[in-house]
Formats: sequence, C-alpha cells, structure tokens
Amino acid sequence: MMREGDAAEIADGLIAMVGERAEASVIISGGHSELTRFANSFIHQNVGENNRSITLNLSKEGRSASVSTTRSDAVALSDLVDSAFELAALRPRDPWSPGLAPQMATPSVDHYDRGTAGATPDERADVVHTFVEAGGGMMAAGYCETTTTELTFANTADQRCTGVATRAIVDGIHQTPTSAGSAHQASTSLGDLDGGKMGRLAAAKAQAGLDAVDLKPGSYEVVLESNCVGTLLIFLAFYGFNGKAANEQRSFVVPGDQQFDSQISLFDDPLDPLAFALGFDLEGTPRRRLPLIEAGKSRGHAYDRRSAREAGAESTGHGLGKSLYGAGPVPMNLFLEPGDRSTEDMIASVDRGLLVTEFNYCRVLDPRTVGVTGLTRNGTFLIENGQISHPVTNLRFTQSFVEALGPDRVLGIESSGRMADSDFGPGLSHAPSLHLAEWNFTGGAAG
Amino acid sequence: MFDVASAAVAAAVADGAAYSDARVVVRCNQGVTCQNQVIDSLSQDESAGIGVRALVGSSWGFAAVADLSESAAAIAGRRATATARASAKVPGAEMDLADVPPVVAEYETPYLEDPFAVSLSEKSDLLVRVTATMQGVDGVAIANASLSFWDTEKWFVSSQGHRIFQHLVESGGEISSTAIGDNETQVRTFPQSFGQFKTGGYEVIRSFDLDANAGPIAEQAVQLLVAPQCEPGDKHLILDSSQVALQIHESVGHAIELDRILGWEAAFAGTSFLDLNQLGSLRYGSELMNITADATIPGALATFGYDDEGTPAQSVDIVREGIWVGALTGRDSAAIAGLTPGGMVRADGYSRIPMVRMTNVGLLEGESSLEEIISETKDGVYMSTNRSWSIDDRRLNFQFGCEVGWEVKDGRLGRMVKNPTYTGITPQFWGRLDMLAGGDELVHWGLNSCGKGQPMQVGHTGHSAAPARFSNVRVGVST
Repeated sequence: MMREGDAAEIADGLIAMVGERAEASVIISGGHSELTRFANSFIHQNVGENNRSITLNLSKEGRSASVSTTRSDAVALSDLVDSAFELAALRPRDPWSPGLAPQMATPSVDHYDRGTAGATPDERADVVHTFVEAGGGMMAAGYCETTTTELTFANTADQRCTGVATRAIVDGIHQTPTSAGSAHQASTSLGDLDGGKMGRLAAAKAQAGLDAVDLKPGSYEVVLESNCVGTLLIFLAFYGFNGKAANEQRSFVVPGDQQFDSQISLFDDPLDPLAFALGFDLEGTPRRRLPLIEAGKSRGHAYDRRSAREAGAESTGHGLGKSLYGAGPVPMNLFLEPGDRSTEDMIASVDRGLLVTEFNYCRVLDPRTVGVTGLTRNGTFLIENGQISHPVTNLRFTQSFVEALGPDRVLGIESSGRMADSDFGPGLSHAPSLHLAEWNFTGGAAG
Repeated sequence: MFDVASAAVAAAVADGAAYSDARVVVRCNQGVTCQNQVIDSLSQDESAGIGVRALVGSSWGFAAVADLSESAAAIAGRRATATARASAKVPGAEMDLADVPPVVAEYETPYLEDPFAVSLSEKSDLLVRVTATMQGVDGVAIANASLSFWDTEKWFVSSQGHRIFQHLVESGGEISSTAIGDNETQVRTFPQSFGQFKTGGYEVIRSFDLDANAGPIAEQAVQLLVAPQCEPGDKHLILDSSQVALQIHESVGHAIELDRILGWEAAFAGTSFLDLNQLGSLRYGSELMNITADATIPGALATFGYDDEGTPAQSVDIVREGIWVGALTGRDSAAIAGLTPGGMVRADGYSRIPMVRMTNVGLLEGESSLEEIISETKDGVYMSTNRSWSIDDRRLNFQFGCEVGWEVKDGRLGRMVKNPTYTGITPQFWGRLDMLAGGDELVHWGLNSCGKGQPMQVGHTGHSAAPARFSNVRVGVST
C-alpha cells in the first residue's frame, strides 16, 4: 500500500517530467482488498491484495495516449513518460479531445471508516461465522469483503485531488437440497454488517422456497425486491443515461419526455452518505448529484469531458477512465426515490402475481429498448389473493426495462431502500422494492 | 525472479502452511481502439507483482503485492498463511492436494511476428482504414475496430519443488458495424462479437483479413434494419461455428467446472446440473457430441505449458459419443472427487488466486459441412454470431440471441431475419445435435472475457467449434 504523501509526490514528479511539453493527467490508484469466501458452510478461500497502479494520460496537440504501470521506481516512471510521448506521437488527432479539468475545489465526502480499512481476517471470519450459524445447519455460501480505495489525481492544469473510501459487504445464500435464499448488506463500515441477521433472512427465504412448483410462463404482476431493482436501474443507467450512448444515438433517453411512471424519480449521487464514491472522477472533475428522472420525466445524461464536448455539454463528473472498457460515462451511484408502501403492503395488494428476490444473468437483447433476458434466483414466490401461496421454480423473462417502468406501470414503491446487489456488481444503487403491473416471463425451469 | 517467489513460499511454509506456491507475473497489455476513423484509445499497461497461496487446514490463504523485492514477497507469504489460519473460525474438512510431480521447466508460445514490435502506426492505420470502409456503407452509424495484445512472463515456485518459467503471447481483435433505426439498433461484427483471440503474434491479426470483411458486415448491419423478425416456432436450428463456441462455453464449459459441481461457486457464479455420481453414465448429448479440454492445441487461446499449479497442459476427454466422462479440475478439487488433476487452474494476473478455468473446451470435428447441413434442411433457421447470452445458475436453462439469421427452406438459404433467438435446456438441446461439420470449418475460437470468482477474475478460454444443426429447437423468443 502506498502512503498518500508518496502518491502525491509521484504524481507531482510525473507532472513535472511532462512539464510544458503536453497536457497530462496522472491517476494513482491504490488501496487494498480482502475477501473471505465460504461455501459448503466453511471458509475455503481467504484472499487479500495490495494494489497500486500509476496511469499517465497525455495529450499533445490533440494526440493522446494512456500508459500505466504498477512500478514506481525512478526508471519505471521515466520510462512511463517516454512511452506516453512515443505513443501519442503516433496517434491521429482526436477531434473531440476535451482538454483538462481546470483547477477547482472538489467536495469533501466521508465514505471512509478506519476500522474497515484495518479489518483483520478474524473480523471477517466473525461475520461469516454468524451468517453460517444462523442457517441452523443449512448449507451456506457467500463472502465477506472489506475494500479500501485510495486515489490521487493531478494534472498539468494544476488540478489536484486525493480521496479514500472504504466498503464492507456480506453477501450469501443458505441452501436446502431444492431451494436457496439470499441476503446482502453493504456499508462503508464493517461494524454495520450484521452477519446473523443476513443469515437468518437468507435461511428464511430458503426454507420458504422448499417444494417449489413449476409455473406456466406468461405476463404476471410482480413485486421486485431491491436486488432486482438494483439490476434494473444499472441497466437503464448503462444503456440509457450514458452520454456516450446518447451521442451515438444508442440511448432511449429523451430529456423532457414522460418516459416513465410519474412515481419514478431517479438520481445519481456519489456524495450521498450511503454511497462508496470519492468527491471527484478520474478526470479530476468534482462530482455532484445529477437528476436522471423526475416524476417520470427523463432529465438528461451523464457525461465525461470527451462525451460532453461532443454533445456541447458540461462534464457531470462521470469520467471513469478505462474501467468499463470504453463503455462511457455511466452513473454508478444510483438512488431511486422511495415511495410510501411496505413490501408487505405491496404483496397484499396483488391478486395474482410473483414476488421475486433476485435476477440472475441478465443480458441486453437490444440496447435501444433495454430489452433484457434473464432469470429469477434465490426465491421466487406466487402471490394469490394478497398472500404468498407457494414457491415456484426459477423463471426466465424477456422484458424491456423501459416499458416495465413506463407510465401507469408502477403500482407501488417501498418507503425505504438499501444498497442493493445487482448483475453489474454490488453497491451501485440504493433501491427500494417495486410493485409493477406487468413482467413478461418467457420460460420456466423446463424451458 | 525465482528467488523472489522462493522467498514467499519459504516464509509461508515457515509460518505453518502445509503447502504453498507463488507466482511472479509480469504482464504487458497493449490496446488500440478506433471508432469512426478516430483512434479513441491507445494504451499500454504493465503490471508486475507476486501472488502467494498457502494451505492451512481446510482453507487457502492468498496474498498479493505489486512489489518484487524478496522482503515484500516474504511478507506476502507470511500474510497468506496468517489469512488461511483465520479461516479456522469456520472450518471444514482438512484439504488435500492430488499429486502432481514437481518439474523444473520452461515454455514459450510459438509466434512468428512479435506483436509489440509491429508499429502502432501500422496498427492504427489498419483500424482507421477498416472503419472508413464500414462507414462508407450508407446507413452505418458507428464503425468500431480494436486490437489487443498481451505479453506475460510467469515464474512459478511451489513448496513441493516446482520451478516453471513461461512466456505467453496472445493477440486478437474485432471490427463491428452498428446501424440505428427507429427504436432499434442492429450490429454485425467480425470475426465474432467478443473478438477472436489466439496465442501467437501479429500473424494472428493478419490472418483475419479485416480489410476484406469490413464491407460485407457493414452491409449486413444496414440490411438487418429492414429485415423481418425471426418468426417464433420449433424448428431446425443451424448455428455457425462462433455461436457453437459460445454454446459450448456456457452450457458445457462452465457446467463441467469441478469447483462449481462441488458447490464452491454456489453463491455467485452458481453450481452445475451435473452430479459426480453420473460421471461416466450421464447422456449429455447425441452421439455426435465429442468434447475435449485440450490445452495443447497449437495457436488456441488457452494453450500453455503448465497451469498455475504447475500441472502440465494436457488433453482430457469431457464428453465421448454423448456421454459425460470428464471435468475441469484443480489439485484440491480433484483430490476430493478422486480424479486426476487436468492442468486447468489459472489466475487473472498476479493479484488473484488461481481457480478452475476452462482450457480449450471444444468439439471434435464432425463429418458434414455447412453446405450439406443447409442442403439437408427443409425448414429451419441459420443463425450467426452471438448478440446476447443468458443461462441459469445450474447451466441448464439458456436463451441466446444472434446478430443475424437466415431462413432455410427446402435446402436453401432464404431471406435474412433479424433478432434471431433460441432457447433450450442443456442436455435436451445437445441431444438434438444431428449434423456437425468438420475439416476447414472447425475453428479454434478464443474468448478473452470469461468472468468468474470473487473478486472477479477475467479468464482467457478457447473453444473449437464447427457449424452444427440441432433439431426441434424453440426459436424467435422476444419481448
């Protein structure tokens, strides 16, 4: 692990080496991550890594290159600068080269917990132990993770930012021979995690899922629990509220149009106390709250500096570097405004429908409509006359996520939410449960 | 570097590990991407570090650090043992390792043209040129092209005496054309939608002939906008070799991973419909289905000398004449299942723990050809190039979509159809394999993006595949 002072010194040193020969930014990402994995009710893998990566982005007269290394000795840093110049000289001019973020203040965020940063394998094992024990002999599997992210940014326009954040997660399942139930909890602090409570939730789901029956595919009213909603939101963000997708006309989002039910309001807020983000993006732009949907009306897209320039807009602080394989500026700190219902109330108002715990293996069929196919997992239940009547086997769905949240399609939103897991990873969204008028299930366990 | 790895292993064992191994990995990755004749990223990334594994009781401990000093390696070794020891709070049965004789060895990927020695201007010119060709087709909105290269050096040392050096070189890329219509996008890619990657040098890229293929795929992307939808129904399904490769990856490759079968991946990636009690008797598919996991195929992406546990690369039968006969194993999982380790454990760089990974899991060739398959099909759909893929956590219930399809009527290719999808249940689907091509139509496809594990690891896998026909398949599922 690199000390903050070391990182700043390296960043300043690289900026000085580039001097006035080019525009340059330096990103030094570091930190450490530890993950305790359990399966068949015992810990089988216990891993930890100390990370350090130094990235130099350089642009000379619109010719840009990016180079990175994990080495930090003087020779390696000198080589890094030389290779950046060498690569940039070979590249054609980029018409949308956006220049550098100017010097400006970034918001202070407190997403760091010292105890989590220093968490020991024993502490993670304690969380796992309580999760497993809560199953009362059921077969448990999952993980407990603590992560510390450190980031130092500097550019030749005198912008300097540093930040550190922590995240702790417990996520697992309990299994019977014919069913499984899951639970997930995430926080900036390991001390907030309640392995026993999560274990009891997962075990109760697994118990309720015993003796599931096949259900005929078709269109059903649904109550989607928060992990399903988390997946739904991140698909909308990735394919719709992404400025690069908008520039390429691949996005469904039309700002100002009533594209969603009037109960839906969605925003991206890296600064929220529940988020795990830093106060600046990987281009040194300050982050801020960004409204995406207000009372069902689409508001706009997220931008990094390049996509913003192409669109004639301002960066919204969503420069993600290469982390998403060039996917573009994706909002990744999503908050769906809660409603006024409880999950129990929503179930009680369903004549015949399904309660879904989790989605699995969702893939987009057409990004323009966010038509997605995926499956249910870890607890799917038939609701009849306002009550859960019996568990059903996993179902396949093929559904446009935009249509599912369209006008008059949302029947209720839970009054509270939680940091959800999703098909794109944990902790990207704060999601309440949703009651939707219709969901298109296209296949059952038998195909 | 062997000294660095040895220092880590010695420290782990001194602190009480029953077994330890360490890998020093130095990896360089170069990537060039181009969109609409603009090179939008040009990157060169180097990583260097050591990952140490220590076995104590029922658990692996693993520690990684981006520091190649012997002192840092020793600290990592001790940390790996301490981390494994903490697992005793939630213990299982003591873990054993299946025997693999220690070797001192070296292996290097054969290649003709060092991909890092080919100038970036040549690579950039190629990508700009092929995107220009695609953009030259009226109606193409987005033309993308990319190339990627990896140069990896690994030094492996185990407490049982392994000392192995490997130098692996991998190359690949892809091009794609996107056409945008009213509320829809259509895309065509070449060589396939995840790119094509192989072990080897820049000769791999030259073999693609991207210049010749850019125009035709661009034209198809535009034609798809006005093509009719693939009609729903149960009919003969003919898949091109790249989609057969994806079908193998998802419904065979992951299902035969022994760690999944044993429940070690249950919470995230999932388990498998396969039960070890059925090994040697379960009918996985028709008699045309013969699958091997072969890490020795020259030029295939998952070809190497030794895996990341020091087990030699080898070919293992997985499905023989439709019967399930083999699994993907590691030393730990093989010991539990009573199998022989097959050299199928690899890690994503130095910082991740080695785990069961597909090698080149692919079909042995059949005796037919695509031309014969089409000519013998009265009513069917021919689908090419994956566009979407989804399968359940036991690798049973799948739905895949392709970029393009063509109706097949009375032995002839008919009109183009868009948004072709098909769905099925794994052993039923493979049981309907009734024609399989071979010869020059067998392609060693390589995927560079297989996700598995927590923390997530991205693996490079290979899949030999040829055009194939499946009878009575449900096609045309839509929203």
